[in-house]
Amino acid sequence: MSAVAEHDDHHDHHDDHDHGPAKGLLRWVITTNHKDIGTLYLLFALAMFFVGGSMAMVIRAELFEPGLQFVDPAFFNSMTTMHALVMVFGAVMPAFVGLANWQIPLMIGAADMALPRMNNMSFWMLVAGVLLLASTLFMEGGAPNGGWTLYPPLVLQPITVGKALPFAIFSVHLLGISSIMGAINIIATILNMRAPAMRLMDMPLFVWTWLITAFLLIAVMPVFAGAVTMLLTDKFFHTSFFNAAGGGDPVLYEHIFWFFGHPEVYIMILPTFGVASTIIPVFARKPLFGYASMVWATASIAFLSFIVWAHHMFTVGMPIAGELYFMYATMIIAVPTGVKVFNWTATMWKGAMTFETPMLFSIAFVVLFTMGGFTGLMMSIAPSDFQYHDTYFIVAHFHYTLVPASIFILMAAGYFWLPKWTGHMYNEKIGQLHFWLSVISVNILFFPQHFLGLAGMPRRIPDYAIQFADWNMISSIGGFIFGASQLLFLYIVYDTIKGGTGEKVTDEVWEDASKHGLEWTLPSPVPYHTWTTPPSAVPTEHVLDTH
Amino acid sequence: MKTVKQLFAGLILISLGLESAQADYTLNLMKGVTKVSNDIYDLHMLILWICVIIGVIVFGAMFYSIFHHRKSKGHQAAQFHENTTVEIIWTIIPTLILVGMAIPATKTMLELNDVKESDMTIQVTGKQWYWDYKYLNTDIHFESHLDEASEKAHRTVGADPRLVPHYLLNVDKPLVIPVKTKVRFVLTSTDVIHSWWVPDLGWKKDANPGFINEAWTLVEKPGTYRGQCTELCGRDHGFMPIVVIAMEQPDYDAWVKKTLDQQKQKPDLSDQTREQLMAHGESVYLKNCVGCHQINGAGVPGLIPALTGSAIATGKWESLDGFLRAGTSKMPKFDKLNGKEFAELMTYVRNNLGNNVGEILQPKQTALPDDDDE
Repeated sequence: MSAVAEHDDHHDHHDDHDHGPAKGLLRWVITTNHKDIGTLYLLFALAMFFVGGSMAMVIRAELFEPGLQFVDPAFFNSMTTMHALVMVFGAVMPAFVGLANWQIPLMIGAADMALPRMNNMSFWMLVAGVLLLASTLFMEGGAPNGGWTLYPPLVLQPITVGKALPFAIFSVHLLGISSIMGAINIIATILNMRAPAMRLMDMPLFVWTWLITAFLLIAVMPVFAGAVTMLLTDKFFHTSFFNAAGGGDPVLYEHIFWFFGHPEVYIMILPTFGVASTIIPVFARKPLFGYASMVWATASIAFLSFIVWAHHMFTVGMPIAGELYFMYATMIIAVPTGVKVFNWTATMWKGAMTFETPMLFSIAFVVLFTMGGFTGLMMSIAPSDFQYHDTYFIVAHFHYTLVPASIFILMAAGYFWLPKWTGHMYNEKIGQLHFWLSVISVNILFFPQHFLGLAGMPRRIPDYAIQFADWNMISSIGGFIFGASQLLFLYIVYDTIKGGTGEKVTDEVWEDASKHGLEWTLPSPVPYHTWTTPPSAVPTEHVLDTH
Repeated sequence: MKTVKQLFAGLILISLGLESAQADYTLNLMKGVTKVSNDIYDLHMLILWICVIIGVIVFGAMFYSIFHHRKSKGHQAAQFHENTTVEIIWTIIPTLILVGMAIPATKTMLELNDVKESDMTIQVTGKQWYWDYKYLNTDIHFESHLDEASEKAHRTVGADPRLVPHYLLNVDKPLVIPVKTKVRFVLTSTDVIHSWWVPDLGWKKDANPGFINEAWTLVEKPGTYRGQCTELCGRDHGFMPIVVIAMEQPDYDAWVKKTLDQQKQKPDLSDQTREQLMAHGESVYLKNCVGCHQINGAGVPGLIPALTGSAIATGKWESLDGFLRAGTSKMPKFDKLNGKEFAELMTYVRNNLGNNVGEILQPKQTALPDDDDE
């Protein structure tokens, strides 16, 4: 377990001196340092989390009571569309890329990412893409309002979407290129730059999940880019890919979109699994249970994600053989996902647990993600989905898998690694307050939506029948509390960067953390340059038996 | 922390109070009124209970561990990290449960899919933003729009939707079907994708432009069953409800006769007063125009032109008449309206919505020769 090994402040001092960060603001523009770029990604994602969150607040305000109070239905549709696009492409995905940038080199003993200049470029293309998307809010006819799935013919209709469409499509192209570059970089780094002592099956789960996620990204982002390009040519060059009157098929778009869209949801959840598998063992003071089965479960989920897409469209009108196939294939996903949940539980079993904020968020993730998984299993039963499809039941399902899952784990990761990155301890009391407020309000927000969906409330409607009023009001109250609670996180991040509690954190930060990952053998705060010489040994507690 | 706890206690009390105030809500899926909807309900309950049981076991173990295996209680961490037997067991058991689930699910899926041997067929066409029902092999054909009370309430600032009966779930002309009859539906659309859903029938099915989907139902119990469009179809997606009335065969036969008689009736082309024209014109406007041009005629900036002050709307009525009958690339043609409706609509549009042309139009002026024939 002597992982600090070659790294030595005095030894590196001379090198660091020449290659420290550039002075002034320009540092953040031209940086090729993985830590700087990781910080940029994370801060950008945090900003977008609040932008997308404000849109959700508009939605919940309008739905607080029946009747139209605040916004026009078309603007409401713009809000649901943009909330999804901003959260998916502006907040969750960039946040995980930010974590990858910071953590992968630290965890595998690499000096930086394999392709640092491309790293910088992929970040700034992300910013350009998201700004372009956001600019449509101010355009004639408003932002896209055909749903984040951009289904034709709706999204091509002149009376529905104004000038925004080509901008939104170009934005998707930019975001796609950015993601693909990020993915290439991550794959190249993981495969080529691991410390010599680190075999693939020694890698931390976070690195494994990101490696697999990166392949998913490379496989599906071009599919989405292709689909939206066909929208573009249908709209402006009179092609008829999706226009039935010209011999095309609008359902074809749905198939192409979900061939991208289903792996996309795993792109947002697999790194989440990775972070949870990293945090839980540290606070259980036990090795991760079932390391190898975790890796295989991740790989199987990734593989299955390519062959289940049409479960998003059971009611679209498919042949019975298709309905049955997609039902069976989807049900199978429950097996590897179950293995993961059982493994996390077994990791906690007979541990010596403590419950600092990162652990609290991780436990909430396991419980609430599993609830999202249960509703997912329910929806995989195709006949039942003929009732659930496109109702608030679905909204509740995917928000359970995204908010108290992906978002909670991103919060956990923030609390877990911020002390390492900044050298300052966050305020545990405020952290716990943030956790309890979040975990209670997120359930007030989303749990009633199950009832609404089962009672018959369709999604994406700005106004509803009276019998849906109570649960909508409760859900909105939960939403406002959840939204406001996140300002605490903003404060904590700011406060921790500025010095936090003032308590000097150790290199390990968390008790015995260095048994669990290479990053905890580095000094706190992490120097600007790390692992200029790779570590000679890596913590492999999880694979002791095979060594 | 104490104040926070009090806050939450208060919130829970408030939410309980709200619940008791409104009795008309449900928590679970409704059983519905067909065999398929009942089978789906049973599947739903089966998988729900399976999830609950798995949840109790997994979360039970986890919370046991959280309470007992904590450092503050001096628990020493074990160091095991794999157990092949356990891992195989918890892979195989879920697989077996899934196989067990797949069997009834497949049966119901096959049943849901079996449109053969139906007694009658209704063509459902989704349009922005209403449904068009055509009883195949008969002359029954009508549109089903959101009812006027809901239409006005949701477009009027400050209106109280609670005063509107079946707010947003009521239509002007419901779909009527006989009970104990296998009714086949063929679904399509003329503009964007819609989805036809009545929860009590147990299914929804997309209405895709250019393609035809099939579905069926067999309702046992007479009654009124309500639903909504469930595929985002533009700004008024939330305002195209579905109402199905299932009737005993004799009542249904009477309804068919009455509907056919009504459809055969020629429009009444006699003169109307200005007030009558304006009132009827408002109804025609609410049914056909308001979705795009809005209740005040202001349109939507950047997307839909305003009628207020519009040169076409306030110009010569003959050219407006021609414009409405022909449509444009953005606007459907409205030749489905009869001469009476044209007079009412044009009088309304030209003398309301901020316009004041002054002249009124009588049905005889706007009627085409064949309006009298049919």
